[in-house]
Amino acid sequence: MANIQETISKLCPTATFEQGEELRVTVDAKQWRALAEQLKSNADLGFDYLVGICGCDWKESMGCVYYFTNTSTQNHLMVKVTTADREHPMLHSVSDLWKVALIQEREVFDFYGIIFIGHPDMRRLFLRTDWVGYPLRKDYDANPEINPIRLTQEPNEDATAEYVEEADGSVKKIDKKVFEDEEYVVNFGPQHPSTHGVMRLRASIDGETLLKIDPMCGYIHRGIEKLCESKTYPQTLMFPDRMDYMSAHQNRHCLCMCIEKALGIEVPRRAQIIRVMMDELMRLSSHLLSYGCMTMDMGATTAFFYGFREREEILDIFEKTCGARMSLHYNVIGGVVADVHPDFIKDVRALCSIMPERMKEYHKLISGNVIFLNRSKGVGVLSKEDAISYSVTGPSGRATGWHCDVRKTAPYSIYNELDFEEITETAGDSYARYMVRMREIEQCVKLLEQLCDLLEKEPGNEYIAPKVPKIIKLPAGSWFQQVEASRGAFGVYIESTGDKTPYRMHFNSPCLNIVGSVDKACKGYKIADLITITASLDYVIPDIDR
Amino acid sequence: MEVKIKGMKREDFKDNEYIDKLVEELNASGANVVVGQFDKLINWGRANSLWPLCFGTSCCAIEFMHLGAARHDMARFGFEVARNSARQADYIMVQGTIVHRMAPALVRLWEQLAEPKYAIACGGCAVSGGPFKGSYCVVDGVDQIIPIDVYIPGCPPRPEAMFYGLMQLQRKIKVERFFGGVNRQEKLADFLAAHPEKNEAMK
Amino acid sequence: MFDFGSITTWFDNLLESVMPAWAATVIECVIIGVVLLLVYALLAIFYIFYERKLCAWFQCRLGPMRVGPWGILQVFADMFKILIKELIRLENIDRFLFALAPYLVIIASVVSFAVLPWGNGLQVIDFNIGVFFMIAASSLGVLGILLAGWSSNNKYTLIGAMRSGAQMISYELSVGLSIMTIVVLAGTMSVTELVAAQADGWFLFKGHISAVIAFIIYLIAATGETNRGPFDLPEAEHELTAGYHTEYSGIHFGFFYLAEYLNLFIVSGIASLMFLGGWMPLHIPGWDGFNMIMDYIPSVVWFLGKAFFISFIIIWFKWSFPRVRIDQLLALEWKYLMPIGLFNLILMTLLVVYGLHF
Repeated sequence: MANIQETISKLCPTATFEQGEELRVTVDAKQWRALAEQLKSNADLGFDYLVGICGCDWKESMGCVYYFTNTSTQNHLMVKVTTADREHPMLHSVSDLWKVALIQEREVFDFYGIIFIGHPDMRRLFLRTDWVGYPLRKDYDANPEINPIRLTQEPNEDATAEYVEEADGSVKKIDKKVFEDEEYVVNFGPQHPSTHGVMRLRASIDGETLLKIDPMCGYIHRGIEKLCESKTYPQTLMFPDRMDYMSAHQNRHCLCMCIEKALGIEVPRRAQIIRVMMDELMRLSSHLLSYGCMTMDMGATTAFFYGFREREEILDIFEKTCGARMSLHYNVIGGVVADVHPDFIKDVRALCSIMPERMKEYHKLISGNVIFLNRSKGVGVLSKEDAISYSVTGPSGRATGWHCDVRKTAPYSIYNELDFEEITETAGDSYARYMVRMREIEQCVKLLEQLCDLLEKEPGNEYIAPKVPKIIKLPAGSWFQQVEASRGAFGVYIESTGDKTPYRMHFNSPCLNIVGSVDKACKGYKIADLITITASLDYVIPDIDR
Repeated sequence: MEVKIKGMKREDFKDNEYIDKLVEELNASGANVVVGQFDKLINWGRANSLWPLCFGTSCCAIEFMHLGAARHDMARFGFEVARNSARQADYIMVQGTIVHRMAPALVRLWEQLAEPKYAIACGGCAVSGGPFKGSYCVVDGVDQIIPIDVYIPGCPPRPEAMFYGLMQLQRKIKVERFFGGVNRQEKLADFLAAHPEKNEAMK
Repeated sequence: MFDFGSITTWFDNLLESVMPAWAATVIECVIIGVVLLLVYALLAIFYIFYERKLCAWFQCRLGPMRVGPWGILQVFADMFKILIKELIRLENIDRFLFALAPYLVIIASVVSFAVLPWGNGLQVIDFNIGVFFMIAASSLGVLGILLAGWSSNNKYTLIGAMRSGAQMISYELSVGLSIMTIVVLAGTMSVTELVAAQADGWFLFKGHISAVIAFIIYLIAATGETNRGPFDLPEAEHELTAGYHTEYSGIHFGFFYLAEYLNLFIVSGIASLMFLGGWMPLHIPGWDGFNMIMDYIPSVVWFLGKAFFISFIIIWFKWSFPRVRIDQLLALEWKYLMPIGLFNLILMTLLVVYGLHF
């Protein structure tokens, strides 16, 4: 750690340091670009994985918080870049160094109006092109008359811009177009059966071959991050359940852990075990859904029903304990909301005992099918370098051979006590992604069996920490926490000024990064492959848009 | 001739006041016997053949998939022919939040549906904005932009609740009147008078 | 075996005894037309129900249950609804071709439907190139699909139509080749003679290796020709929403929907005619008692039973297999099915020349 600090202070003497859970550096906008280049290329630093960018408005200044990880040493680094200019805030783009910034910087631009110099495609990501104002700025005017519900088509959908820095330091805007007039553009969505929600993909095609794909998000952007700023901490807990509803437990677990970390609450062991069990059940159900959806997108409808048959069993277990099938609201700050149902262990064991049999059925139906193999092998290849650069984590990232499972790289809760394998494949194609999911189902079953034993042996019934304050106020400061959700590393960043409500709460969702890589993964394949590749990448739209 | 509602037991349903009122109104104005019989037949066909338009925006869509999957199996009611093209569907079930960017697309889909068409608001978000009410870009209830026939509350509603909502829609359809009634009211001439710019295209 | 020919001859004589021959012919034509359309509609309704129930069975579901006993009235309800559904007027389309397309599709399927051998003596017309006519008529349908896709002025329909054009024309070749193989074995193209030639054993058994290969190729190619899964690319729901009929509503869409199911019946009917003996009962030479019992089952039942069985196999494909991609689809046809089919035709010719068949 000290080593990193030394290297950075040599490169950037004005930087200020703060030692939290990880090293935190604050630099001014002017030094940022030079530092960023060094962060990537300097052998002592080697931060090749940009976990997330969180825009922020600190009233007197604006800027971004970048969270980096070195994938070989697992060192973390948080860089805060600030600019005092509120009228025309500008930062240098790092999208050429870390490709994930291509889409994450657009998000920051959309929320805060911070312009990234050198970003090739600087336009709004979530909001309408004719939206007035930048909603996450603290001085945003939320008057509905300024932004009424417009029922007209969005103007200038194709218009984008690039900001280039001239030699004299001034910044020039160059207007560009997403698609040229002569390109044949096919529009998929926002209402389209295989976009798994309201995603919109525009593809420029030549015959049946894809030339360029432009994902358009925001058709389910609900402004969760802004809403969080006006809610108390226990109230914010309901949002992660509704972002990636296929990893409701994991997401909520993450937020709870982040708040507990800030408050210094020790979660009882029984609650830890229950939380991890719920996480794994959720992962199991999510992978079953993605099995069903991927095969259905390929046209094999029957497999979908097979996956859903077992999902019903899992939902029954959830329902008995949590009282709901989805939007479970089970984790709370300090533990879980209630102890598990008396039948819980019995039901989970029953599920574990049927799964190996059912897995055989899935493989028999689809995995060996020659059409399926032809459609998925060698299609939509992402290399390991691509995956790291685009920050594609989760099963999609592991299919490229990148060991990015947060449960292994930064074990949280009780994962370091458990015996399980991090599944990786090397091919990086649709088939590898599919196989990673299928093999992870087996690992989930293995984990659940261990967890059942642990929970049975665990004495007492303490499911929530005894000393959770009635009114939760986080001390001033900022915290970042990651968990492994069903689709990749899910992160929560909280900034607090000591209030009952967060000053800034950012959710770093895995699916947004995955969407950023769609163009890379699909280019050059056929229209039909667009569907299978996006299905195998398996994103959940509300998680992208938040 | 008296209009009756068939198909489901009355005592299974508690909130039928408005349908009862509709029936009363229809009976008061009197229905021709032959036309009434035809109406019954047509309504029977319409009520039992409700093809949904796939339109899921968030969590409710997953529960809708469960509605179609093996345990709940909406095929039993004939709801399973989910059409992806709006022109061939009968009702749109808005499953999930509608945000400002999505609103024009939803209205467009609604306009693309062929008559007779119905809309269901499914889930808290579609009914009123639900947990996201008050956000800067969420439409607080889809009834602000399209007319809704049935509201299904829940977050997300259970598949059973969706069945109940769909069956309520069937009941509602069964007291409609095909002759003199529910089809597109606006004649082409009126439409063209209101939209003179379309004159050229429709010739 | 009961010959339905006796009834039709009796009816013809009855009419001619009271009116001139031309009037009798006109009346007969009208009756046949009405009966055909009626059977067509009823079969389509049956097929829709059949597929829904079958796919429910594959998917551990129940399928239609609530409308009528066991849900048998479900499809009638669908038909009532679709008949009175609004036909949407679209802007900026080729209105004439747009309206013509569904009729072309349905006419192609009705015409080829008419030539099928329904039972002993139950056939609308019997001429010496019956099989040829059947293939020619059924391939008219592609024209309707192309027109539908082109005239809708929509990118999805256009891609769907182009796909279906490439696909149906390619797969027609394999269908034709595998039928040719059987024609070589039978030595005739007349439908009655084809059926009669199978009285002592179906062609599938008589032509052994070569006929079995032809049968498999036919099943694959016929699935491709009717645009059914795993070859349902023209209407690939998950890529092109509804493919070439995306813009159609109401009864126009209903026509496409009906024709899709009836084409399934027609290809199954042709398969049963060419390979499984049409309406001919299962006869095993030498087992006279067995053959007698088989003859007691009416010929219509035999024909429909065989057709339904083959449809069952095709539906089974559809619900189990993923969809292929357009380049793979064409590669399958041009690199595998057609060369094998050609080779098989030569093989069959040799078998016939040297008398190596049963």
